[in-house]
Amino acid sequence: MSASLCVVPDSISAGAPRPPSIHEVGARIKSHEWVNGEYRLLVLDAPASILNCEPGQFFHLLCPQTDRFQPYLRRPMSIYSFDAARGTLSFLYKVAGAGTGALAELQPGATLNIVGPLGKGFEIRPEWQRPLLLARGVGLATLAPLARECARLDRPLTAVCSARSPELLMSTDLFRSYGAEVITVTDAEGNSGVESLTTLIERLIRSRGIDAFFTCGSARLMRMLQEMGARHGIVGQVALEQQMACGIGMCQACVRPFRRETGAVNLRVCREGPVFDLQEVL
Amino acid sequence: MADLTTKIGTLTLKNPIMPASGTFSEELAEVFHLDTIGAHVTKTITRGKRAGNPMPRVCEVGGAMLNSIGIPSKGAEWFVKNVVPFYADYDAPLVISISANTADEFARFAEEVSVPGVAAIEVNISCPNIEDDGKAFAMRPGPTGDVIRKMRSATSLPLWAKLSPNTGEVVEVAQAAEAAGADALVTANTMLAMAIDSRTGCVRLGNIMGGLSGPALRPITLRMTYQCARAVAIPVIGCGGISAIDDVLEYLIAGARAVQVGTATFISPTTMPRLVRELEQALVGRGLPSVDALIGTVEVAYEAITLAEYA
Ligand SMILES: Cc1cc2nc3c(=O)[nH]c(=O)nc-3n(C[C@H](O)[C@H](O)[C@H](O)COP(=O)(O)OP(=O)(O)OC[C@H]3O[C@@H](n4cnc5c(N)ncnc54)[C@H](O)[C@@H]3O)c2cc1C
Ligand SMILES: Cc1cc2nc3c(=O)[nH]c(=O)nc-3n(C[C@H](O)[C@H](O)[C@H](O)COP(=O)(O)O)c2cc1C
Ligand code: FES
Repeated sequence: MSASLCVVPDSISAGAPRPPSIHEVGARIKSHEWVNGEYRLLVLDAPASILNCEPGQFFHLLCPQTDRFQPYLRRPMSIYSFDAARGTLSFLYKVAGAGTGALAELQPGATLNIVGPLGKGFEIRPEWQRPLLLARGVGLATLAPLARECARLDRPLTAVCSARSPELLMSTDLFRSYGAEVITVTDAEGNSGVESLTTLIERLIRSRGIDAFFTCGSARLMRMLQEMGARHGIVGQVALEQQMACGIGMCQACVRPFRRETGAVNLRVCREGPVFDLQEVL
Repeated sequence: MADLTTKIGTLTLKNPIMPASGTFSEELAEVFHLDTIGAHVTKTITRGKRAGNPMPRVCEVGGAMLNSIGIPSKGAEWFVKNVVPFYADYDAPLVISISANTADEFARFAEEVSVPGVAAIEVNISCPNIEDDGKAFAMRPGPTGDVIRKMRSATSLPLWAKLSPNTGEVVEVAQAAEAAGADALVTANTMLAMAIDSRTGCVRLGNIMGGLSGPALRPITLRMTYQCARAVAIPVIGCGGISAIDDVLEYLIAGARAVQVGTATFISPTTMPRLVRELEQALVGRGLPSVDALIGTVEVAYEAITLAEYA
C-alpha cells in the first residue's frame, strides 16, 4: 500500500446531534430452517425501528456462546428480506466457522442480539431501466432485496444465478416471484465458467438491452463484469465482503482500496459500502 | 441519586465513562446521544497522511481480540478542519490522541492541534520511537519524560500520557510522565501479541503481530492502574477489558478516577451508556454518595495463618 492512500472520506459533516438510526436490539427467532446442506434461513420478529432498511444493507449479529463454539466479535450478515408490515427480518447464511456454527444452534423462540441496519445499500438510478443481476453463493442472499426493489420500481430484471451444484441454487423461486427472468448456471453442469458466462451475458446485453450490472458473491465474476462493463459502457454496483470488528465505521478493520478521481483511497466496507461502484473496486 | 462527576486535573467530567482511542468515532452518534458519556476520545492521528497496516487487521482469540490496524490518518490539517467541529455540538470535552516519530515532532504536533474545541491531548507513546531503534517511547522512563517535557512547553492543554503494558518499568514510566508535566495517565494500551491458525500454519494478522484487547487484558491493565495510582499524584484513567459494571467498579476501587471502554463497544455499541446507568445504580446500591467515595478504596486482605515452610 502506498503512503498516499488515505482513509475516512469526507463523509462526516458537522451538525446537530441526530436521533439514533442504528439500533442494538434483541430479536426473537420466529423460524430457523436448513434450506439445503449448507445454508440456513433465519427469520426474526423485529421491531419497526430497525426495519427502515435499504436493499444491500446488513446487520451485525452477536452469535451465541455454545458448548462447541465461542465466537467473540459480531458477524456481518446481509438482509435477505425485511417486511415492516409483518415485522420480520430474515437472513440466509452459510454455516462456515465458529460464528455461523454457533448461530445455527439457535432454536425458534430464542433471542438474537443484532445491530443495524448498517452500511450503504444499492442505488437503482433512474437511467438504469434494464438491470442484470449476477449472483453466486452468498450473493444470492445479498441480492434478493434488490430484486424486490427492481419489481417495486417496475424495472424488468434478468437474474443470472450461479452455484456449485443445482442443489445450492437458492432464491431462484424468490427472484421469479418478483417477476425476474431467472437463468441458472452451475459448476456441475459446466456452464458457470467465465467463458460461458461472458458469452451468455454478451447475448443478454444485445437481446435485452441490459444497461446496468449488479453483482455479489464472487471476485472472479466481479472482475468479469468490470471488464465487460468497460467494454460496453455499462455501469453497475457490487456488494463486497470484508472482515469486520465494529461494523459501524469506528475501527478501520474493514477497509479496501478503491479508485477515485484523487487516486486510490481506502474505504470502509461497513460504512462507505458494502455496496460500491463496480468500476471503482481495485 | 449519586454524584457521577469526576475531575481529571482541571477538567470536570459529568461521569467517568469515556471511550478508548481507536474504538470510537463520529458514527457512534447514530447509536446513542454522545453527551451521555463523560468525554470523547478520538482515534490516534499523525501529522502526515498514513495508510495503516495490511489485511487482515483483526482476529479473535478466546474471548478477546488482536488488532493491527496501525494508525491510518488523514493528517492534522484535515482532522482540525473536519473532525474537531463535529464535536463542538456536544458538551462532553474532546480529547484528541496524537502520535509522532520523535519527541520534537510530538511537540510540534501538540502545538498544531491546540485549537479551540480541544480540551486535552492524549499522548499515544506506545508507538515506535525512531530515535530509539523503534522501541516504543512508553517502554522506558527516559523517552517518555522527553516526549512529555517537550510537549509541555509547546501547549497549555492538559496532557494525558497513555502508557503501554509492554514495559517492565510501569512505575518508573508513570513517574517520569508525571515529573515531565503530564496531567493524567491512561493505563493502558494494548499488549503486543500474535496468533497462528494451526490448521493452515498461517499467522492470523497481516502485520504478523498486533495488540491484545478485550476481557483477557483486564487483569494486566488493572494491575498497572493500581501500581500507577499508588505511585503518582496525578489522576489515573483505567483502560483495558471493561465491558460490565463490575469491571468499572474494579478500576475505580483500584484508584482510577475514570475509565475508558474500548473493544466492548464493538461487541455492544450501547455499552457506554449502559455503564453510565449501571454505575449510578451501583453507587446507590452501595449507599455511596459519589464516584469519589469509591475511588482508591481497595483493601488488601492478608491471610492470618502462617504458611508452612517446605522442609
Ligand atoms: C456485509 C457482509 C454481508 C454478508 N452477508 C452474508 C450473507 O448474507 N450470508 C452469508 O452466508 N454470509 C454473509 N457474509 C459473510 C459472513 O459474514 C461470514 O461467512 C461469517 O462472518 C463467517 O463467520 P464464521 O465465524 O462462521 O467463520 P470463520 O471463518 O470462523 O470466521 C472467522 C472470522 O473471519 C470473518 N469472516 C469469515 N468469512 C468472512 C466473509 N466472507 N466476510 C467477512 N468476514 C468474514 C468472521 O466474521 C470472523 O471474524 C457477509 C459478509 C459481509 C461483510
Ligand atoms: C481496533 C483498535 C484500535 C485501536 N487504536 C488505538 C489508537 O489509535 N490509539 C491508542 O492509543 N489506542 C488504540 N487502541 C487501544 C485502545 O484504546 C485500548 O487501550 C485497548 O484496546 C484496551 O482497552 P479495551 O480492552 O477496552 O479495548 C485500539 C484498540 C483497538 C481494539
Ligand atoms: S468494521 Fe470497523 S470500520 Fe468497518
